[in-house]
Amino acid sequence: MRDLNSEKTRKEKAKTAAVKQARFGNDIDLNRYEHAAENVPYYEDLSKLPGDARQQMLQSGVTVDDVRQRSGTIIQMDHSVIHSLSSQADIEVMSTQKALEKYDWLAAYYWKAVAVDADKYTAHVELNPGNGYFIRALPGGKSTFPVQACLYIGKKNLAQSVHNIIIAEEGSELHIITGCTTSPREEPAMHLGVSEFYIKKGAKISFTMIHNWSPETDVRPRTGIIIEDGGIYLSNYVIMKPVKSLQANPLARCIGENTVTRFNSIVVAPPGSNMDLGSQVILDGKGSRTEIISRAITTGGSITARGYIEGNAPDVKGHLECRGLILKGEGHIHAIPELKGNLAGIDLSHEAAVGKIAEEEVEYLMMRGLTRDEATATIVRGFLHVDIEGLPPGLSQQIKQTIEDAEKDFM
Amino acid sequence: MAETMLEIKDLAVEVAGRPILHDVNFTINAGETHVLFGPNGNGKTTLLMTIMGAPRYKVTRGRIIFRDQDILSLPMDERARLGIGMSMQRPPVVRGVKTRDMVTACARGRESDEELNTIVQATNLTELVERDINYGFSGGEIKRSELAQLLAQKPDLILLDEPESGVDLVNIALIGRLINDLLQKKQPIRDRKRSGLVITHTGHILDYVDARTGYVLLDGTIICEGDPHEILKTIVKKGYQECRKCVT
Ligand SMILES: Nc1ncnc2c1ncn2[C@@H]1O[C@H](COP(=O)(O)OP(=O)(O)OP(=O)(O)O)[C@@H](O)[C@H]1O
Ligand SMILES: [Mg+2]
Repeated sequence: MRDLNSEKTRKEKAKTAAVKQARFGNDIDLNRYEHAAENVPYYEDLSKLPGDARQQMLQSGVTVDDVRQRSGTIIQMDHSVIHSLSSQADIEVMSTQKALEKYDWLAAYYWKAVAVDADKYTAHVELNPGNGYFIRALPGGKSTFPVQACLYIGKKNLAQSVHNIIIAEEGSELHIITGCTTSPREEPAMHLGVSEFYIKKGAKISFTMIHNWSPETDVRPRTGIIIEDGGIYLSNYVIMKPVKSLQANPLARCIGENTVTRFNSIVVAPPGSNMDLGSQVILDGKGSRTEIISRAITTGGSITARGYIEGNAPDVKGHLECRGLILKGEGHIHAIPELKGNLAGIDLSHEAAVGKIAEEEVEYLMMRGLTRDEATATIVRGFLHVDIEGLPPGLSQQIKQTIEDAEKDFM
Repeated sequence: MAETMLEIKDLAVEVAGRPILHDVNFTINAGETHVLFGPNGNGKTTLLMTIMGAPRYKVTRGRIIFRDQDILSLPMDERARLGIGMSMQRPPVVRGVKTRDMVTACARGRESDEELNTIVQATNLTELVERDINYGFSGGEIKRSELAQLLAQKPDLILLDEPESGVDLVNIALIGRLINDLLQKKQPIRDRKRSGLVITHTGHILDYVDARTGYVLLDGTIICEGDPHEILKTIVKKGYQECRKCVT
């Protein structure tokens, strides 16, 4: 039975936060956008998707032509899930609407990892539900290949509302790649996406997200992760394309002992892009470890790179590394690393650096015969290179490829 | 007459507005290796970096002629592509750029992967290729990585800034062999086309590399020129000041 009472209180809570501004990022007037979207028909055969949409998806890491390297696929256009398929019995992939019908217990997972009244954007997603994806690895299940999910905005001026629930049951292992993108027409649109991750005992999730918005998109993801004993959460986030404004600050709460959390982000802000991005990790379980690594490049846009680690349990360890490169133009990078220790015996550290490319390094490469441009490109590629561990074969290569493909645009 | 590789004429150089070198003159022919001695801080690195074309080193007088071409106005990368290469005393760390990437970049597409692997093995860098260039490298590792880059680059004029300092006794033989490879020392003299200019304090490199001429650089100018072994002996016995008496 769905608990109608708690659903009612959730709605009430959401209403109280309907106009509550977010702590970070410029305030978006939600009334500028439309909230309803026409139904998009289901595609059994993804090769029938329009070519431009396929192209946009491909640039976001979502492949529709050959899904043999995927353990599952789910694609949401506007507010319709137009395709969902799992190719493994121990991995479930479906729309959250379907999943809510199928599982009574699922409602209890709503708004546990993210607060419904966090701000107007979370409230909006509760009050204007527009679907989302449900991905779950059954106990002990392991995804051989990544499950891919795509959130696509096709309708002009739509505020796309998405609520995703991702569950890795005990001892399971789940790899996900999510591509978020819009139609190539570069029309105004907004994305509000709530994602709640639940990592049970001894389970592991790797979550790779590639953002490929348009210069007219406002984006407000709201992500929470709850990690139990021995759980592992690895996040890789890449945004190399322009966006109008983007603010996100996922929060991982490591409630179990000996958990591992790693956030890698690679962020490039061209002129006109305004990004406020962070990662927060609360280490509540003994012996838990975390690493937050971000690389930010501006070629004229503005980036705030936040990081927050809080240690509340014995023997926890955290490191935050935030490096920013102002490549050209009037760009801004504001690095805000924060550490909070509430106990003896914890080990938290950070390093942050913001600057331009060291001339000495450019000269070193020029001494070997590279032109100034070649030398700069090599150093930038190196800067963006982050050693990514724990991904299935092919996925780290794909992340690398995404970065290399985009380099041409901003170098 | 052998072909002239490098001609330095009446050279004066400033660094950060401070005069460092003055009245420097010498010539290196194709196939010859010359050695540069001198106390710390007297301008040896400055001389090499100036020939290489590093922008910090401002030439206030004189000329640098590489194979009949005045190269003073050329930027570093063009000099490198003309055939000048240098191993640095203290190269910078470039985070994220792997040692393998550097060696590959030096070859500029001329060498096959197999040849590059041979270079990596010959310089004993197999364990280091996946590491960021120079990051946490030991003194000896830096020297071998610099030589690996030069082996891939294949310059005709090779400038080596203290290639053996900080290198242990076993590795010094390896470094000596690598430098001989670079300088084509195994070939008969008349077939050697490459030239070298090597800075050394200890002179250990002379045990491995056949060098024709030695110079002593003191107070920003060359005060002595002669047989490198004899110069080394004099310096060891009597110090650099004795070299002042040696007027060429
Ligand atoms: N960027 C700089 N700014 C100011 N002074 C400099 C700079 N670079 C070099 N110098 C000075 O120029 C002088 C010559 O330095 P150089 O590095 O050429 O000496 P060297 O003969 O190679 O010494 P060593 O044997 O210690 O390597 C030194 O006094 C040094 O401090
Ligand atoms: Mg020196």
